[in-house]
Amino acid sequence: MENPFTLTGKTIFITGAGSGIGRATALQCAGLGATVYITDLNEATLAETLGMLEGEGHQMYVANLTDDDALQELVSKLPKLDGFVSNAGIIKTILTQFGERSDVERILNINTVAPIRLTQILLQNKRFNKEAAIVYTSSMAGVFNGAIGNGLYGASKSALVGFVKSLALELAPRKIRVNTVNPGITQTNIYNNTTITPEQLEEEMKRYPLGRYGRPDEIASAIVYLLSDATKWMTGTNLLIDGGFSLQ
Amino acid sequence: MEIKEFIENFVDQFDDLELADVTPDTVMRDLDEWSSMIGLSLLNMAEKEYGVTLTFDELRHAITVQNLFDTISNKQK
Repeated sequence: MENPFTLTGKTIFITGAGSGIGRATALQCAGLGATVYITDLNEATLAETLGMLEGEGHQMYVANLTDDDALQELVSKLPKLDGFVSNAGIIKTILTQFGERSDVERILNINTVAPIRLTQILLQNKRFNKEAAIVYTSSMAGVFNGAIGNGLYGASKSALVGFVKSLALELAPRKIRVNTVNPGITQTNIYNNTTITPEQLEEEMKRYPLGRYGRPDEIASAIVYLLSDATKWMTGTNLLIDGGFSLQ
Repeated sequence: MEIKEFIENFVDQFDDLELADVTPDTVMRDLDEWSSMIGLSLLNMAEKEYGVTLTFDELRHAITVQNLFDTISNKQK
């Protein structure tokens, strides 16, 4: 039987691949036979990911995705894609009353504007093959639930859900599929250098019906699923992976 | 940073707390209005008013208003 979950022969571009979900996705894509093009702001961790990839022909490019010139340059180096995983993102916990314009702009620029701009530039440069798949890392936050101090993050991630609905329609004639994954708290370094401590995360974990946080490779598996031919009839959807958190 | 001004900012994070009810020795968690949201509010205040990023852990270790003041002052140095 032909394996519908394989990525053999596909070329896939992944942002935020220096760590966490992005790195895990790059590893799985390469492991399942894809050629991957990876990008991150951090050269050292990106090179580390590149070194871990199975197979040949993978490439890495360091880029600041909030800069339009950098995006143009990045896209000019990419081949035609069968898959695009927009994963790079940040988190900041701040009560609404403390927010400044700079906080709003920073979170939205990285989590929302950059993925949208990158998509626009990829399309303008005709970088997608027919039947390609696009996956955005959104979140359960802002889409399926709220949390105190998480308004900006939730806004930035739920904006992607709104964007995907129209993009999926626009690209459907070319059979290009567009979906999001919506993870609950996943054990990555996104919480480093934030007000959230390991102790607090430990406490929060007790609220998860499946008793723990997600692992990056578990979110990567959902992304791979959406990239693969197994989901040829899925577009415009939001795949929630949250250990049951949103049930309550 | 002075303790007097700090207490004013501290009280500002609460809805029903009066300036007269708070001294440097006040135990923060004994205040009626205390909640995790007030805690986050104090962290955000530390960042906006004093340019110091505190963790929840550092907040947890501060028992009195004076403790919190000291933690923030030490980080400013």
